[in-house]
Amino acid sequence: MSLQATKIVSNIHIVNALLLSLIFSFNVNANSDEVNVYSYRQPFLVKPLFDQFTDDTGIKVNVVFSKKGMSERLAREGKYSPADILLTTDISRLIELKDRDLIQVNNSEVLSQAIPSQYRSSDHTWFALTTRVRNIYSSKRLGDIAINYEDLADPKYKGRICTRSGKHAYNVALVASMIAEHGEAYTQQWLEKFKANLARKPQGGDRNQVQAIHQNLCDIALGNSYYFGQMLKDENQKAWTDAVNINFPNQSDRGAHVNVSGMALAKHSPNVNNAKALMAFLVSKPAQQLYAEINMEYPVRSDVAPSKLVASWGSFKADKLPLETIAKNRALALKLIDKALFDL
Amino acid sequence: MIAKSQNSFWRAICYLIAITLLTPLVVLLIQGGRASTSLFSHLWQTVLPDYIANTLILGVGVVLLSLVFGVISAALIVYTNVKWKNTLRWLLMLPLAMPAYIVAYLYTDFFDYAGPVQRALRTLFEWNSPADYMFFDLRTLGGAVIIITFVLYPYIYMLARTAFEEQDQNLLRASRTLGYSTFQSLIKVALPLARPAIAVAASLVLMEALADFATVQYFAVNTLTTAIYDTWLGYSDLAAANALASVLMLFIFFVIVIERRARAGQLHQSNRVNKNQQLIILPKFWQIIASTFCWFLVIAGFILPFSLLVIMVWEYGSYEQLLSLIPMGSNSIKIAIWAASLTVVVALIISLFKRLSNDRFSALPLHITGMGYAIPGTVLAMAMMSTFAPIDYMINDIAAYFNQPEPGLLLSGSIFAIIFSYIVRFSAIANGTIDSGISQISKSLDNAPSSLGVGLPKMLTKVHLPLLKPSILVAWLLVFVETMKELPTVLLLRPFNFETLSTQIYQLISDEMLEQGALGAIFIVILGLLPIMWLNRDPKA
Repeated sequence: MSLQATKIVSNIHIVNALLLSLIFSFNVNANSDEVNVYSYRQPFLVKPLFDQFTDDTGIKVNVVFSKKGMSERLAREGKYSPADILLTTDISRLIELKDRDLIQVNNSEVLSQAIPSQYRSSDHTWFALTTRVRNIYSSKRLGDIAINYEDLADPKYKGRICTRSGKHAYNVALVASMIAEHGEAYTQQWLEKFKANLARKPQGGDRNQVQAIHQNLCDIALGNSYYFGQMLKDENQKAWTDAVNINFPNQSDRGAHVNVSGMALAKHSPNVNNAKALMAFLVSKPAQQLYAEINMEYPVRSDVAPSKLVASWGSFKADKLPLETIAKNRALALKLIDKALFDL
Repeated sequence: MIAKSQNSFWRAICYLIAITLLTPLVVLLIQGGRASTSLFSHLWQTVLPDYIANTLILGVGVVLLSLVFGVISAALIVYTNVKWKNTLRWLLMLPLAMPAYIVAYLYTDFFDYAGPVQRALRTLFEWNSPADYMFFDLRTLGGAVIIITFVLYPYIYMLARTAFEEQDQNLLRASRTLGYSTFQSLIKVALPLARPAIAVAASLVLMEALADFATVQYFAVNTLTTAIYDTWLGYSDLAAANALASVLMLFIFFVIVIERRARAGQLHQSNRVNKNQQLIILPKFWQIIASTFCWFLVIAGFILPFSLLVIMVWEYGSYEQLLSLIPMGSNSIKIAIWAASLTVVVALIISLFKRLSNDRFSALPLHITGMGYAIPGTVLAMAMMSTFAPIDYMINDIAAYFNQPEPGLLLSGSIFAIIFSYIVRFSAIANGTIDSGISQISKSLDNAPSSLGVGLPKMLTKVHLPLLKPSILVAWLLVFVETMKELPTVLLLRPFNFETLSTQIYQLISDEMLEQGALGAIFIVILGLLPIMWLNRDPKA
């Protein structure tokens, strides 16, 4: 052990040489039978789809899960970026990629035909793959109720509502849709009253809110529908879901707030043809079915049915507000959430 | 002192290292300087004051509580006959292997209203709602302070214990012959002697607590790092985020400078180190209290969270999961070994320079290379890309000029960037540990060999490095364990098909499925434990 330190010092040059060789061995180059994906979606969620694609076409799919800072990374990498396809879980991220000029047009007929116009950009830069509803869960103790997002501010729910952080992308998008519907002043008041109704400081994830209803901590909670499906599949969490009803808000007026997970073709995509092939595959019927089954989201294609489980929650009316409007209101939504000190 | 020619060569190397490591931080500062003020005034009028208050309370709270836990446990282990002493001696370090964000997740889950503890209480006492009873809320600032302390106190414990063990016991004996009681001489002599090491550890704890993001997020506590993330990812304003990060960095630098000033001029060294401690024999009652205290730390910081992980693996783990973890584990180990070794080499070069050079600014490289620790990993990763992407472009342009194939993102798109950012981020740990080790070596040893005509390399290899062995090992170990656990940097900078244990766990946690990642978490903990065990196989090491 006494040699340890001296060894370290005398071996600097060896270390340097090895480090250089290491760098070269990890360098990624464009390869003709590969396609590279930067994904906000978890690799284990998209892997079955990519495996199917590789089986069909022989094209290998490389994925980097990049939860944060995808656009930053792409911008820095510039023309040397190895990324071909970008997958995101929130409309704002897609729009951000577009605003920063990091994606390119994909004039594919297949995509235009498969995806309803509401769920793709008019200039063919981004495309939704699945839709997800921001549901309101209610305790079974309340019985069957019809509830709107506006009701979250109703004083009758004082101390009875749970939610995750107001600044989570899913909540920010909801607030952005409220701004579009009611304007800034109303939304500000709504946020303040909503905060006053909270049973506890915003915390945890979407599943934790359902769990909290199960534990009598609150009666009402916000959450995305696919978490409900995932909890039903988990033996330990199924009891939580038994305590709640899943409600689709605003069914008597504009419809439930819907967000999307989507994709775009990277501006400097080195494997454009492979990328386009993969994008077309992802909206194909079999892929959409597979996606719907694995992630329990709603397929973007109207001719593909959601999974049986998801379908069992009933059909619903979705808000027709263009997603681009939601993305546009995002920064203002964040400011209002800050102003209301929603998370504090 | 060393010869002039050697001195300037050494100085050149040190400055080169310092400038290289400082570059990403300078890039960060420059980008922060370009931030628009409108977002700041919005933040200042709304959430920022609360964030700053939370940040200060969190930082001060964690440091104070860690000092209490770390110093007392170290003193008990070194100076008393506390029961289970030899076992506790290494057990107390184990929480270091637990990633804070995993502990946070486990504890919030465990003590939550919906968690098993409160559920059991409700069943037992037939309570129905939160109104029926009082229970501490973990998702508060206080909860965050306590839980973060459980995983950070080992820094203080480790460095304080090493300092106590390395102390010249003759000084303590002398103080007792002059009339101090054993306890008094501990407070008045041993503690001040260990102060450089303890101060270094405290500053590490402070930086770690302030730069943390994932952990406080689970506690729903908003701090300055929350503001940095919101500004960058929410408001899409990286410049303003960099400005906030710069403020955080400068604040921490300021604290460190003040601390160093406060103990400037103090000398901590002895020629003839006598390490045979005279134990304080605790009465039975106090012995029980003391060992209970130590066991409490070990259980809270390690045994309980580790058991929760084991239970999760029991319920959700599978053989396939285990196999799939092998490549990720080897990636984690690989980058941790590189990062730890290079960081220690850098720390040795610049801290020995500080000690042996006759340069007026010899401490400068040491101080500035430690600043990276204050930067949240994510922000540092962005700074890394801003720094290396232009260099990559230059390399490609040169290649194109000479009609060579363009190599692409050679630096920013490979694990070079990850390892480099680890060196930037964790240099503070290695620097602090090795520097405080050096300060324990008597100055007269620097001159003796040269007066005997022995050259610098021989003096270093025969005198300084052997004496520094414990500090070097501790530094290497700390950086190794930190890099094993580190998440945000590797998450942002990793190339395709490069998963580590922490990125895999994070993906699962972020989808609320830690259960599936528990096996990977156990791997991180065990891999972090191995060097701790190895370091402890011989109490004299």
